[in-house]
Parts: sequence; C-alpha cells; structure tokens
Amino acid sequence: MRIWLRIAAAAAALVLAAGGAGAQEKLKVGFIYVGPHNDGGWSQRHDVARQEIEKALGDKVETTYVENVSEGPDAERVIEQLARAGNKLIFTTSFGFMNPTLKVAQRFKDVKFEHATGFKQAANVATYNARFYEGRYILGQIAAKMSKTGVAGYIGSFPIPEVVMGINAYALGARSINPDFKIKVVWANTWHDPGKEADAAKVLLDQGADIIAQHTDSPAPLQIAAERGAYGFGQASDMIEFAPKNQLTAIIDNWGPYYIERVKAVLDGTWKSHDVWYGIPEGMVQMAPYTNMPDDVKKMAEETEEKIRTGQLHPFAGPIKKQDGSVAAEAGKTIPDSELLGMNYYVEGVEGDLPK
Amino acid sequence: MADFAIVTAIVLTVITAATPLLLAGIGELVAERAGVLNLGLEGMMAVGAVGGFAGAALTGSTTVGIVSAGLAGLLLAVPFAFLVINLAANQVATGLALTLLGLGASAMFGESFIGKPGLKLPALDIPGLTSIPVVGRIVFGQDALVYISFLLVAAISWFLFRTRAGLMLRAVGDSHDSAHNLGIPVYAVRWAAVLFGGCCAGLGGGYLSLAYTPLWTENMTAGRGWIALALVVFASWLPWRLVVGAYLFGAVAILGFHAQGLGVRVSSQFISMLPYLATIAVLVVISRNKLVLRANTPACLGRPFVPAR
Repeated sequence: MRIWLRIAAAAAALVLAAGGAGAQEKLKVGFIYVGPHNDGGWSQRHDVARQEIEKALGDKVETTYVENVSEGPDAERVIEQLARAGNKLIFTTSFGFMNPTLKVAQRFKDVKFEHATGFKQAANVATYNARFYEGRYILGQIAAKMSKTGVAGYIGSFPIPEVVMGINAYALGARSINPDFKIKVVWANTWHDPGKEADAAKVLLDQGADIIAQHTDSPAPLQIAAERGAYGFGQASDMIEFAPKNQLTAIIDNWGPYYIERVKAVLDGTWKSHDVWYGIPEGMVQMAPYTNMPDDVKKMAEETEEKIRTGQLHPFAGPIKKQDGSVAAEAGKTIPDSELLGMNYYVEGVEGDLPK
Repeated sequence: MADFAIVTAIVLTVITAATPLLLAGIGELVAERAGVLNLGLEGMMAVGAVGGFAGAALTGSTTVGIVSAGLAGLLLAVPFAFLVINLAANQVATGLALTLLGLGASAMFGESFIGKPGLKLPALDIPGLTSIPVVGRIVFGQDALVYISFLLVAAISWFLFRTRAGLMLRAVGDSHDSAHNLGIPVYAVRWAAVLFGGCCAGLGGGYLSLAYTPLWTENMTAGRGWIALALVVFASWLPWRLVVGAYLFGAVAILGFHAQGLGVRVSSQFISMLPYLATIAVLVVISRNKLVLRANTPACLGRPFVPAR
C-alpha cells in the first residue's frame, strides 16, 4: 500500500514538474542578502530594487531572495542552491560574498553573477559599487554650514578604505566651506549595534560636536542627535521618521535602475561582465530631501549635487593635503579610483589616528 | 564647571550602558544560585526587547512596554525550565538552543516594527532635586528601569542572604540531593528561579528598545546577553559585585569612546575584549583560592536533579 502511495506521489510530482517547465519561460533572478530583507538599511535597499525589477519586468522575470546569510562558508552553499534552483542571474549583495560567488560561478558557467562592492571579476561575474563618497561630500558641506561649534562627530564601523574614503570626502566637503572645520572620529567596531552606536554619538556630542554622521547601519545615532537637539544624517535610507526635526538629509542607496538594466541585458542576450562604480550622475546614489536647514544652505547643497551630477565637481580633486601635511593630490589633479579603493590615510581636518 | 559637565555626561552614558547588563545579570545570578545555568540570556533579552517595543508601540504606554518585556522573557524561559528541570536535559545545549530560538522568534515577531521610531521611557523629573548641579541628573533624573535595577539588586541581596526562602534557594543550588532530603521542593525552587531569570533578562532587553535606543532591529542585543553571563562569574555570584561589574564593563566601553574622540590611541577591538578578559582574570583568581570558590560558586551549577526515590 505504502509503495503505491509513493509511486503515485512521484508520478504526481513529475507531472507537476513537467507542467512547471512548460509554463516556465520567465527568467529566474536570485538575490542573497547579508541581513534581513527589511533591516531598514543596506539589505532593504537591495530588496527594494528587487521589487522594482518585479514591477518593471514582472511578466518576464521571477525573483527570489535568501536573507540573513552570513559572510562565510554558508554563503557558498546558498549561492549554489540558488544556481541549482534555475536562477540564471544572481545578485550577491555584500562584500564578503566575493570569493563564494567566484567559486560557484566557476561551476555554473551558464549562470550570470552580479557581486556588489567587490573587486574580483570573471567572465560570468560582474561587479558594481556606488560612489557614496559623493553624497558624503555634500553632507560635509551642510555640516560646516549648520554647525555652531565647528566640530562634527563621525561614527565609523571598521577602518576599511570604503569607510575612510567617506570620512575624507566628508572632511573635504566641510573644509571647502569652513577651512578650520574639525572632524572627530570614533570607531564603533561594528556595523550594527544600536546601543554602541548611540553611546558613540553621545560621547561625540559630549566632546563638543553638534552634528553627527555615521557609517554604521542603525538610526540610533540620528535618534541621539535629535534627543540632544543636534543635527544628524540618515544612512542608506531616508530616516526622517526617527528625527523629523533633526535629519538634514540622507544618502540613499538606489540600486533599482542598475538592476533593471542588467536584467534587461540578460533577457536581450547582451549581458557582459564588467566592473562599474556609479554615483550621483547615474542615480545610484540619491539624496533624501534637504530638510531642517535655511534656504541658502539647501540651495548650496542642491548646487553641489548638480555639479557632481554634471561632472563639474569631483570631491577628490586637488589640492588635497593629508592629515600630516603631506600632499595627497596636487592642484589640478584628482585622486584616481585605484587609490581611493585602497585609501588608508586621513585628510586634513580629521582628528586622531587612523587605526591600522 | 566644564569638567563637571563632562564627568556628569560620562556617568549618565555609563548608566545607560550598564543597566541592561545589570538587569539581565541579576536574573541569571538567581537562576545560577539555584543551580541552573541558563545560556539563553541573549535570546531572552532579544524577545524582551521586541516584547517591550511591541507593548509600548501597540498601547502607547511605556509602562505596558516594561511589563510586556518582562513577560516575554519569562515566557521564553518556560520551555527551558521544563526541559532542563523536569526532563533533566543538558543545560548547556538547551541554553544555547534557547539563544537561537529567542533571536529567531524576536526577528519574526519584530518584523513589522522595523524602521519605526519607538516610545522612550520618560526620565524622572523632581522639581528642585533633578536640577541640582552634577548629582541631580544622575541621582534623580533616571528612568524607571534604572531604579528598578538597583531595587532588584538590593532585594535579591537581602532575599538570598537574609531570608529563609533565600537560604533554601542557595541550598538547592549547592546540593540538590541534601535539599531534597530536607524536604525542599527542588523543582519548584528551580522553576521560580529560572522564570525570575527570564523576566529580568526580558527587562534588560526591554531597556534596550525602550530607553537605550527606542527602536527595534534584529539582533539589537548584539552580544549583551553573553556579557551579562560573564558578569555573573565576574561578580562571583554576589549581587553587589554585579553592580560593580556592570558599571565597570559599561565604563570601559564609554571611556574607550571618549579616549578615541580625544585622539588617544586605543584599540577599539581591545576595548571590546575587556569584559571577557576581566572575567577570565577573575576566574583565575577565584579558582586559585579554594575558600572563595567554595563559598560562592553554586556547587550543583549545571547539574540536573534526578531524585533517587
């Protein structure tokens, strides 16, 4: 009796599978996130972009995601499962997924991979990243205009080039308005610990900063700034709900247009591996509405944003001096991308030593 | 005056950092005194955090938030208590499973609260007293959970060492067989201790989402449950030492940030290690001294009680 049941079940499964295969002309696109899909920050922005793909190309594609995947051996297993499940395009959306992505890509030559923020490509692995520092330059300018003490606090996660680059862009923006502006940096040593991030913000405010910026994930620093009547910025997404009267603006990660472009390329058969670094001009980096500031500051911010969009202004255009006074870029020169991606020094205006 | 201001600011920040550790720690201390090692502290704190946030968000009352935080922690402790007490399951394995369960459950129940600002626990404000320079804010300007944490420590200290019931609880933790032979209801005492521990851990988690940072995100406990566990050992199972430990661990973290802000070269990784290093140091010291070890370590800690009929 039991064996017949099993055979019947197997037959039913076969029929279903065949039916599924017949109906399946949609392109399957997979995503893997390092955090929950609604973390209010990094991973959520990728998930919003996934939904935008569904909205734009819903009749041609089918998307799935796996969330909360840690950056280790687990990632390789999950990526491989996505490939086995028939996904022909897979977005791996965290830096730590780099090597697992490449390993799986070697085994699945007909699957295309898109890896965020990495630096290793292959014939079927493309990489993409956003020039968040462009937004941070604008934040710096706003900070210098809005600060009364001339000191800003900056909460870093880990001293990697991506974060150091952001601090420097912020400092350069601020010093373009007020040449004496100072930036105090505190390293929280975590991407996500609201309590610690809040502690760091309190410490910076207690030490005389009156504006807080952060390169960590939670809205806690902004909340503390609001509680103390200071100003702050949102990170990765608009966090205005957490500080309606104290958020000046926020840098928004906007992956949607790029994702749609890449899915279309797979559908057309024109997909090629590449390494792109998009910013404000391409719309990958967006600014939340400029709020809680006088009109002239708002106007300045909008002008700077426009200049970056049209290529008139590059945040890392010389002359730039390092913290120790030596030259980072001479007048008329711009720090090249290759150097930005390995940035391991502070520019003038940032206080303290960069942890090595 | 500026110096006073900074000292006040540091103390205020340390209080916030220490309170969740103290709340979770005092509950665990009682459970361990009764002989039950509950490694699920991190999970119970996480459900407490989401329970507190949800309670306050849904009713608009932070008092309800505090109550629901404690209840959430207590509820999660129920399956643990049943497994390790009635079924004599391995406490270490069950506790670790409880951490995973709590983190997962909190993420599931908290999904709809992500990205929404929460209600903040109001701070006490007594006209005339709170405005006293330096001391006023520190002593008379805290929120309810800070005062509760100190009251709990005082109450537990009195209960454990000054009451008959406390003596019974310690007897159960030191030798459950003797306690059983004396007619002490070992199971009941352990159940009560574990549930109390869960409730306190829940309050500790609730402090995170109601006072520390009024928001909810997944994994917002960020390892504080483990620090609280280490703290109990650091305090060598004595309530007042727990206060010292919690404030010391809190102060180290905050002073580390201050040093960074002032440009003093400190390694933030090293600062993160310090609570655990201090715990190891204390373990070494008390392990060398057999008398101290015997006096305070519950002898039956982690051992299941199976009555011989």
